[in-house]
Amino acid sequence: MKVKAQAVQERKPAAKTPKTGADLFVEALQAAGVDTIFGYPGGAVLPIYDALYRAEPRFQHILTRHEQGAIHAAEGYARVSGKPGVVIATSGPGATNLITGIADAMMDSLPLVVFTGQVGRSVIGTDAFQESDVIGITTPITKHNYQVQKQEDMPRIIKEAFYIATTGRPGPVVIDIPKDISGEAYESSLDGGDVHLPGYQPTTKPNSNQIKKLTQAIVEAKRPILLTGAGILHAKASEEVRAFAKRYQLPVTSTLLGLGAYPASDDQFLGMAGMHGTYAANRALYECDLLINVGARFDDRLTGHLEHFAPQATIAHIDIDPAEIGKIIPTAIPVVADAKAALQALQEAEAAIPDIQPWRDHLQQYKLEFPLWFNNPVQDLIPQWVMQAVHKATNGNAIITTDVGQHQMWAAQYYGFDQPDRWVTSGGLGTMGFGFPAAIGAQLASPDSTVISVVGDGGFQMTMQELSVLQERKLPVKVLIVNNQSLGMVRQWQEFFYQERYSESLLDVQPDFIKLADSYNVKGVRLETQEQLVAELPALLQSKEPVVIDCRVLRQENVFPMIAPGKGLHEMIGVSR
Amino acid sequence: MKRIITATVQNRSGVLNRITGLMQKRQFNIDSISVGKTEVEQISRMTFVVEVEDMQKLEQLTKQLHKQIDVLKVADITENAIVARELALVKVVCPPASRNELQSIIAPFRASAVDISKDSMIVQVTGDTDKIEAFLELVRPYGIKELSRTGVTAFLRGHQPQAADGNTYSLITN
Repeated sequence: MKVKAQAVQERKPAAKTPKTGADLFVEALQAAGVDTIFGYPGGAVLPIYDALYRAEPRFQHILTRHEQGAIHAAEGYARVSGKPGVVIATSGPGATNLITGIADAMMDSLPLVVFTGQVGRSVIGTDAFQESDVIGITTPITKHNYQVQKQEDMPRIIKEAFYIATTGRPGPVVIDIPKDISGEAYESSLDGGDVHLPGYQPTTKPNSNQIKKLTQAIVEAKRPILLTGAGILHAKASEEVRAFAKRYQLPVTSTLLGLGAYPASDDQFLGMAGMHGTYAANRALYECDLLINVGARFDDRLTGHLEHFAPQATIAHIDIDPAEIGKIIPTAIPVVADAKAALQALQEAEAAIPDIQPWRDHLQQYKLEFPLWFNNPVQDLIPQWVMQAVHKATNGNAIITTDVGQHQMWAAQYYGFDQPDRWVTSGGLGTMGFGFPAAIGAQLASPDSTVISVVGDGGFQMTMQELSVLQERKLPVKVLIVNNQSLGMVRQWQEFFYQERYSESLLDVQPDFIKLADSYNVKGVRLETQEQLVAELPALLQSKEPVVIDCRVLRQENVFPMIAPGKGLHEMIGVSR
Repeated sequence: MKRIITATVQNRSGVLNRITGLMQKRQFNIDSISVGKTEVEQISRMTFVVEVEDMQKLEQLTKQLHKQIDVLKVADITENAIVARELALVKVVCPPASRNELQSIIAPFRASAVDISKDSMIVQVTGDTDKIEAFLELVRPYGIKELSRTGVTAFLRGHQPQAADGNTYSLITN
C-alpha cells in the first residue's frame, strides 16, 4: 500500500461505483452550501468518507487529531463566519468525543450540524462494537437531534437540521446515521422538499406594543443602561445597536460573549460587566433604573447574587428565545424578537430624547476613578500588559480565541474589541481546550485575518495535538500561551477562598512547548521579558506562518476586580491597587 | 403547587424521552404523566401533573416544553374548566366472606369488579384524583395487594366559564 503524507492526496480515478445512501448525504450537504467539514473517519462512517472521496467538487475536509478538536474548530468557524459548522465523527467513541463541543455550542448558541455514524440498524440496541446511544446522550445538549431510519428521509432531515441550527436561537443539531443507511445502494436523487416544522416557528418580529412600552420607558428613565449580549452578534445587529445607543446617548456594557457587538473604544462603553467586569459597568447595573438587555441571558457570572442585581431597575429584555425571558429575572418589558428587527423597530419609534447627562457624568466618574489596573514591574511579563501589547501589535484587528480562566478574563478585559465576530471564547460551558482548535476554525473562516489563540498552559495541553493541522494546512494561527505554570483561575480561587491550599493546580512539570512546536515543524518562541516581547511580538503576530509563543508570565498574578461567589454587583473586591 | 399541563406532540421516536429528560434537567417533579394517540394521525397528547414552586417556574416549564421542536402546543389547564380523569386497578384482599361488603363500597364509586378469585378481587375505578384517593382510603383496611394507576389525562370542557360566570375552578387544588 502506498501512502502519501501530503495534505491533498492524489485521488484514485473514481471507478464507476453504485450510488449509496452516503451519496444522498453528500448531495444534501452540497444543497446546503457546505464547503468545509471538520471530521475524523471511522468504521461506521466508512461509506460517508468514501462518498466524500468521490464527491465533486471536493469538500475542504479538515482532519483534526481528535474529535474534540474537530467540533471546537467547527464552533470557531461558525462563530466567525456566521455559517453553520459541519462535523463528522464515527459511532461510539467518535461520537462521545464530541460531547463537550456539542454542550459548548448549546450553551453559547452556535449553529452546528453534527453527523455521527451509527452501527447498522439490525444491531442497534445489542451493545454492538462501537455502539453508543448518541440520541439518548445528546438529547439534553442539542437544539434537536435525529436518527435517520430510512434512506429516503436523509435529504429532508439534513435540510431541516441546517434550518433548525441556523434560525431562531442558533444551536447544535445532531444527525445519527446508521452504517447500513449510508452504505446501501440508493439509485435516484432526492431533494429535501420544503421545510415543514409546525412545532418550530421562531418569532423574529417584535410586538409593537412592547416596543412602544420600551420606548416610553427610555423616555422616562433617569438612569438607563444598555447591556449587549451575543444575540446581537448572531443577528448581525452591531450597527443597529450602535445607532440605538447613540440616539439616546445610552451608557453601554456587555456580557463576556457580547464583546465586540459595541465598540470597546467608544466613550459610552463602560467595559464588560460581571464577575471580572469593570467597576463602572457593575455599578451601572447596580444603580440603573432601566436595564435594556439585548440578546443576553443573565448568566450567573454576569448577575452575581440576584438580590443585588439591578434592584431598582425596570427590566427590558429583547431575546429571540422566549424561554430566556423571565428565566432568571422577572421582566417588565419582554420583547421576543431577533435583535436586529427589535433595534430597527426601536429606532423607528418616535420619542423625545431624555436628558441623562447627570447619570452619564456619574458613570464617567467611576470610569475615570476606577479603571482596570495591574502592577507593572519593570522586567517580568504581566499577563494584562501582554494583552495590551497584543492589542497594540495587531491594531486591535485580530481574531482572538480563548479557553476559560484567567487568560480568558485578561483577554476580555484588555484586548478591547471594536468589531463584531473577532472574539471566540467558551463562555457558558467554560471549556478548557476550546481556544486552540477554535482558532483553526476561525482561521479557515477568515483566512486573511490574524488569528491568535490565547490559551493557558493548562488548556493548551488538552487539545495541543491539533498542531498537526497547522503543520498540514500551513494555517498561520498564532498560539499565545499565557504560561503561568498553573491552572491560574483554580489557583486564584484556592488563594482567596481555600487559604492558599493549592490542591493540584500548580503545573511545575510541563513539556517544552518550543520543542513541541518544533516537532510539528511549527515555529516556537519563548518570551520572558518585556523588552524581548516588545522587540519580537509584532513580527511574530504578523508572520504568515503558524507560531507557538510560550509567554512566561508572572505566576501569582490574579484577575481583578472581582465579585466573589455569592456576592452582589456592589461588592467588588480589588477595585483599585 | 400542582399543575395540570397538556402537550400536543409529534409522535416521533424519542419524544417522550425529550420531554421527561427536559423536566429532569430543569428540576421539575413529575407527579404523573399519560400519553396516547389523538384523533390526528402522528399526533400524540401528553398530560402531566407536575409540582412547581411558583408561577415563574411554571412559565419556564411551559416555555421550555414549547421550545422542543416536536412539541406543537402546550397548555396549563389547571385554572380552566376541565374534565380530568385517571384510572386505577386495585387488587384487594377479598375472601368470599367480604365480597358483599366490598361490593357495597364499589357501587357508590361507580367502580367495577373486573376479576374475582378465591381470595382477591381486582377493582377498576375511574375518576379525578380525589375520587380515586377516597376510594383507596376505603378499601385500604381490607388490604391492597397491588395497585396500578394511569396518571391523569385531561381535557378542557366544551364551555369555558367567562369572567361573568364567576371564578374558574380547578379540580386539583393548589
